[in-house]
Amino acid sequence: MTTVAAPSRFAVWWNGDIAYSFRHAPVAVVSAVVLVIFLGAALFAPWVAPHNPFDLATLNLLDALTPPHGVEGAKPEYLLGTDDQGRDLLSAIMFGTRISLLVGLAAVALAVLIGVTLGLVSGYAGGRLDAFIMRAADVQLSFPAILIALLIDGILRAVLPRSAHGDVALIVLVIAIGVSNWPQYARTVRGSTLVEKSKEYVQAARVIGVGTPSIVFRHLLPNVLGPVLVLATINIATAILVEATLSFLGVGVPPTRPSLGTLIRIGQDYLFSGEWWITIFPGAALVIMVLAINLLGDWLRDALNPKLR
Amino acid sequence: MKGSGNGRALVELVDVAKTFDVSPPLLNRLLEGKSRALLRAVNGVDMAIARGETFGLVGESGCGKSTVARLIVGLYRPTRGQIRYDGKRIDNLGAAPALRRNMQMIFQDPYASLNPRWRVAEIIAEPLRTHANGDALAKKDIEERVGGLLRQVGLAPADGEKYPHQFSGGQRQRISIARALAGRPAFLVCDEPTSALDVSVQAQVLNLMRKLQRDMGLTYLFISHNLAVVHHIADRVAVMYLGRVVEQAPTKRLFGFPQHPYTRMLLDAVPDLELSGKARTAVAGEVPNPLSPPRGCAFHPRCPYANERCRNEIPKLKPARGWGGEMTDVACHGVEEGRIPARMTLHA
Amino acid sequence: MTPLLAVDRLRVEFPTRHGTLVAVDGVSLSIAPGEVLGVVGESGAGKSLTGAAIIGLIDPPGRIGAGEVRLGDRRIDNLAPEEMRRVRGREIGAVFQDPLTSLNPLYTIGRQLVETITTHLDLSMRAARRRALDLLGEVGIPAPERRFHHYPHQFSGGMRQRVVIALALAAQPKLIIADEPTTALDVSIQAQIIALLKRLCREHGAAVMLITHDMGVIAETADRVAVMYAGRVVEVGPVADVIHRPQHPYSKGLMGSIPSIVAEREELAQIEGVMPRLDAIPPGCAFHPRCPCAFDRCKKERPELMNAGATRSACWLVVQ
Repeated sequence: MTTVAAPSRFAVWWNGDIAYSFRHAPVAVVSAVVLVIFLGAALFAPWVAPHNPFDLATLNLLDALTPPHGVEGAKPEYLLGTDDQGRDLLSAIMFGTRISLLVGLAAVALAVLIGVTLGLVSGYAGGRLDAFIMRAADVQLSFPAILIALLIDGILRAVLPRSAHGDVALIVLVIAIGVSNWPQYARTVRGSTLVEKSKEYVQAARVIGVGTPSIVFRHLLPNVLGPVLVLATINIATAILVEATLSFLGVGVPPTRPSLGTLIRIGQDYLFSGEWWITIFPGAALVIMVLAINLLGDWLRDALNPKLR
Repeated sequence: MKGSGNGRALVELVDVAKTFDVSPPLLNRLLEGKSRALLRAVNGVDMAIARGETFGLVGESGCGKSTVARLIVGLYRPTRGQIRYDGKRIDNLGAAPALRRNMQMIFQDPYASLNPRWRVAEIIAEPLRTHANGDALAKKDIEERVGGLLRQVGLAPADGEKYPHQFSGGQRQRISIARALAGRPAFLVCDEPTSALDVSVQAQVLNLMRKLQRDMGLTYLFISHNLAVVHHIADRVAVMYLGRVVEQAPTKRLFGFPQHPYTRMLLDAVPDLELSGKARTAVAGEVPNPLSPPRGCAFHPRCPYANERCRNEIPKLKPARGWGGEMTDVACHGVEEGRIPARMTLHA
Repeated sequence: MTPLLAVDRLRVEFPTRHGTLVAVDGVSLSIAPGEVLGVVGESGAGKSLTGAAIIGLIDPPGRIGAGEVRLGDRRIDNLAPEEMRRVRGREIGAVFQDPLTSLNPLYTIGRQLVETITTHLDLSMRAARRRALDLLGEVGIPAPERRFHHYPHQFSGGMRQRVVIALALAAQPKLIIADEPTTALDVSIQAQIIALLKRLCREHGAAVMLITHDMGVIAETADRVAVMYAGRVVEVGPVADVIHRPQHPYSKGLMGSIPSIVAEREELAQIEGVMPRLDAIPPGCAFHPRCPCAFDRCKKERPELMNAGATRSACWLVVQ
């Protein structure tokens, strides 16, 4: 009897429903491609960007406010023009995207860590602990992320010496955005935990004598993560927008290392005096990136929804 | 009792009760003037299961049989009474967990009783890992044992690599059985293990369970609402109604010469292939709400023989001599007073 | 006499990206007026889909791929949705397994009954209400006038199923399709509901297609029974004959595997293997891999229903 070699794990996955749905959803494919380009630009910015916008020594103030390619007065080495300090806009966008993605991903990771853990504990323990955690989540939800970020930022600025501000700015951002987002994960995970808790495989584990931490992290966790993935994907987009807003307001990243939000703010002053490119290009980059993440998240949510399959 | 070599039961329940507080939250009670609601799921049950026997527990929804199962394996703690395994108490907090390792449970829903994200081999090995208490177990030993268990339940050792969703309902129940057997238990609580399965698959699983019992000397508590299945597999049967045992006897005796009016009604209600066309007594009423059970004997509103005593006094489970001449345990004033007439046995 | 319902080589299929799955493959049945036909089979046999196809409730992407369904002289499988809606209720009534989802939780049962009656029958509101109350009384709901204004959640499971039966009979249909009507109920309630269904259908002159996996219910209620396996009918005949003298090996295995509260059986008859999945139905006779009597012809040619004494069986052993 001849045995056929079992298909490799990759082959099984590639032929599975999710990969198939992806290949046949043009929106998802295009969004994924766009995101890959952005990710690539962000990751390899130090090597790929034509200039280094953070190295003050290389900036030439005389090159400030150069228009982009195609408009009269453009210089060939500045493809998208320069801002008011002579920074090449293309490079600034690449490095700015880097910061945006870093903050976005880190903030979401923090929110997921806190939210999933609290959701699991809340759902499994029930009783007063559950009530307490959920009330904390409700309180947290009453404060908009931006307000919390401003609050934390303000406190830290008051507490820390001036010199440390630049270094901690990113950490402050990540903590602010992460802490303000954990309730949505906690609630979703708590709901799923409540459903899974009553299933018989959990009871079977208890009968076997498995300890509570094992039940929560080895049995329940893998089964409640599904919705979290979809939430996280869309949450990255909002985290990036919050960071952009905070930078725009001036309480985000320091102006020497501009993120997309900072660039938009800088350009805002010049928008109606003719140097439109300083706002428009970073703005477009932000919008396209966030749109791609949202569209991909939408597809993922539908693909993972068992009822729609 | 079959198998009771030293006369002591393997598992004993003594006046076990379990009450659930299902009251509305405090705020609602204050604002809407609602009172506390207590659900007496199990209301004083005595049971003794002998080593090596299959003890059947039947009843309709709300009778408390699933709660009894969960009390025995420790998923709930009894509100009152004692549960003993091999003579030693297991229901109190200080009870040795080692005793509990001797019992395992098989559940009704084959789709929810296996973790969908774990491989079958991991699922079956879990009792082994848990009981080892942190001691390192050789991977090879675990593999061998898991493979052996899979073979014992009629599956292939290679099936250990697959996930539960790749198996049918009957196969999943076999995996549940393999998991239950991994820790080498002596006692298995089976809560409706075949109720969710097709009839031909049910036959496979029941035959398997019988074979395993013979080969490994297991003791079963078999809970079901399906009387035909219990008739086929159990040595002794207890019938529950609203939290109490109303009749208890060896299988043939219970099915052939039922004493309690509820048992008779239940047996009459079962549509059976061999009996189509026979005349039956009409079945009356529905199971009352367990939150507000009737006074006295819980069955009296539906019982054709109820009298004043039945409406006020709860009958106790006592031995009674049936019209077949043999002894059964029955909780019925009518039987005690000799008011329940004999009837044609179902066995032709 | 023309049968009330004639199903001729019905085929229900589901197009998927892996190919078309055939869930009901060439099923032919007939029901005479006033008769109770049981359709029995295990999960995956296609019996529920057959009932759904007859009443026009197959959800897309499923569709009727071939065959005809005739009610009296009239073809009903190819009707426009609006016309099918009129047939449903007026000529065919339905009782499904879960009374919770069959009744609209937002309306009182009285209103649902009256709505059904006035949609299909030409009665005034008062006459419709009168008829609704009569029906409630017939199905054994105590104090119908009071319970008329109650919502479904105020009824117990057994009572809800009685209301569903009342709804099914409300427009005086000639055929009732009951899909697992008692499976979700307790044993003692099951017996009540089965007796009720049987009596009422006899009194109203309605035929019943009773779909279930519970052979005991069929034994109690049906006149004839069709046994389904893997989307096909493998045996059909009078109930007593199919139960006590089954001809098809699957029917034999099935009857032998059912435990009884009376008969003593050392071991239940066991059919090896499992019913094939829709994407892996064997060629020839779908049962041949599990059949103890299979021979060459079974693996190649698919048998049609053939006369085998009192029943008709789709098995080559009949002509051996």
